[in-house]
Amino acid sequence: MRHDILCSGFGGQGALTIGKFIAKAAMAEGKFVSWLPSYGPEMRGGTANVSVVVSDAEIASPIVSFPNVLVALNQPSLDKFGPEVKAGGLMIANTDMCPNKLGRKDITEYYAPMNTIAKEIGNEKVLNMIAIGMIIGHTKMVSYETLEKDLSAFLLKKNPQLLEMNLKAIKHGMDLVK
Amino acid sequence: MGKKVLMKGNEAIAEAAIRAGCRLYFAYPITPQSELIEYMAKMMPKADGVFVQAESEVAAINMVYGAAGCGRRVMTSSSSPGISLKQEGISYIAGAQLPAVIVNVARGGPGLGDIQPAQGDYFQATRGGGHGDYYVICLAPNSVQEFADMASLAFDLADKYRNPVMILADGLLGQMMEPVEFKDALTPEEILEKEKQHWDWCCRPNEDEPNHHHHEINSLEIDPKELEKHVLRLGEKYDLIRENECRWENYNVNDDNELLCCAYGTASRIVKSAIDQLKEEGKNVGMVRPISVWPFPYQQVAAGVGPKVKRVVTFELNLGQMVEDVKLAINGKVPVEFMGKVGGLVFTPEDVKAEIEKYL
Repeated sequence: MRHDILCSGFGGQGALTIGKFIAKAAMAEGKFVSWLPSYGPEMRGGTANVSVVVSDAEIASPIVSFPNVLVALNQPSLDKFGPEVKAGGLMIANTDMCPNKLGRKDITEYYAPMNTIAKEIGNEKVLNMIAIGMIIGHTKMVSYETLEKDLSAFLLKKNPQLLEMNLKAIKHGMDLVK
Repeated sequence: MGKKVLMKGNEAIAEAAIRAGCRLYFAYPITPQSELIEYMAKMMPKADGVFVQAESEVAAINMVYGAAGCGRRVMTSSSSPGISLKQEGISYIAGAQLPAVIVNVARGGPGLGDIQPAQGDYFQATRGGGHGDYYVICLAPNSVQEFADMASLAFDLADKYRNPVMILADGLLGQMMEPVEFKDALTPEEILEKEKQHWDWCCRPNEDEPNHHHHEINSLEIDPKELEKHVLRLGEKYDLIRENECRWENYNVNDDNELLCCAYGTASRIVKSAIDQLKEEGKNVGMVRPISVWPFPYQQVAAGVGPKVKRVVTFELNLGQMVEDVKLAINGKVPVEFMGKVGGLVFTPEDVKAEIEKYL
């Protein structure tokens, strides 16, 4: 099993964090992982992306050019990386920021208004957790329990209310792809 | 060994250095190694160590010179343009035969270049780097785990040979997070024990030697006859290092290889992926990865050329630097080809695979 994941969005939307939590959870479940961020002189409102590899075998190249899982939190990300998704792969897009759909027949496409759902849950910041829920709901890459454990470890004392919203967002994401 | 944590290479090397007994760290920030200096700023005071953000790279390396002259485990780090600025100091440290560790999280050049991963500093790192007849021992990791493991190795080698040791990483290894498992931290007593080996020559005050202040730390020898003796002694030391400290990894090297690759650091990760893909298609390609780029494992690269190998291909993120060492190693036995990528860009496994297929 090997997953090449690419998460992309505006700086501040939490695309890099999606990758981090997936990588941490996969590591806790005994998988090989790598997390490689784009870095550079980005302007405010520019895009940020992260390559994450989750694998049963040792990871050679950590660079993801052709993902089998893409999370596009905004339109530029969808336009740039959508055509690169491997056939049979998964694409998750945030419709609040992506007015135009990709419309490929050879991959699974999920669309969700993540900003709207996150606001309903109580905090727009948790929109990236909805994407995490959709990834793990569809691919079963890591279990919900591992994510809950990891999130609880540092949020339970610091901000139990935010923890609850995060977990609710993951569950909501999982429900969206059922 | 503890449990695995997910960490950036820049943070992992900093944590590993502290665990290896580094208690003095002087540096100046530069992308893409700034997480290293940030980690040291946060953690060094907690380890009862000294952290100084110097006013410049030149100041930082001269602080390293001073601390190394006192026989302490000391480190600095920078990225390519900053490493160039440190070269005068590194030459002095090598001339005065002091142990120190320097981390280069290399980026695109020349000049200010860019901030993306590159391997254009190979010549500088493996040929001394500054003026005069000297070498730094140079280790090139290709994963976050290996990057971290090299901290204690680098300090031990620096102590053993009283010579600066460079860890040559790049922006990708610095920025990437991978699981890493750390060695147990040395206790203050163990650190002191390591540092005691230098008390017969260093300037650190200690009970054993009240006349410590008569020790001289110097790289100036105005009498040519004396300088000749000194440089010849350095030469003997470098020969000893060449003999004892070559490190390398063989990947899928066997007698049925059709072709042999040579790559180090980040480039070697990409080449591994290409070799794996070719293997699935029934093509047998091996790779020798130099881990120490100085001393370069000439014999081991030559030994990697199996009976069916018709060609060696070197892959680097530069215009072709290590390929010169590979040619020296192969010594005309088979043709040596080169594929590079510059500007801070990284070739893909597909690019590498296509290049290899040209020769199969």
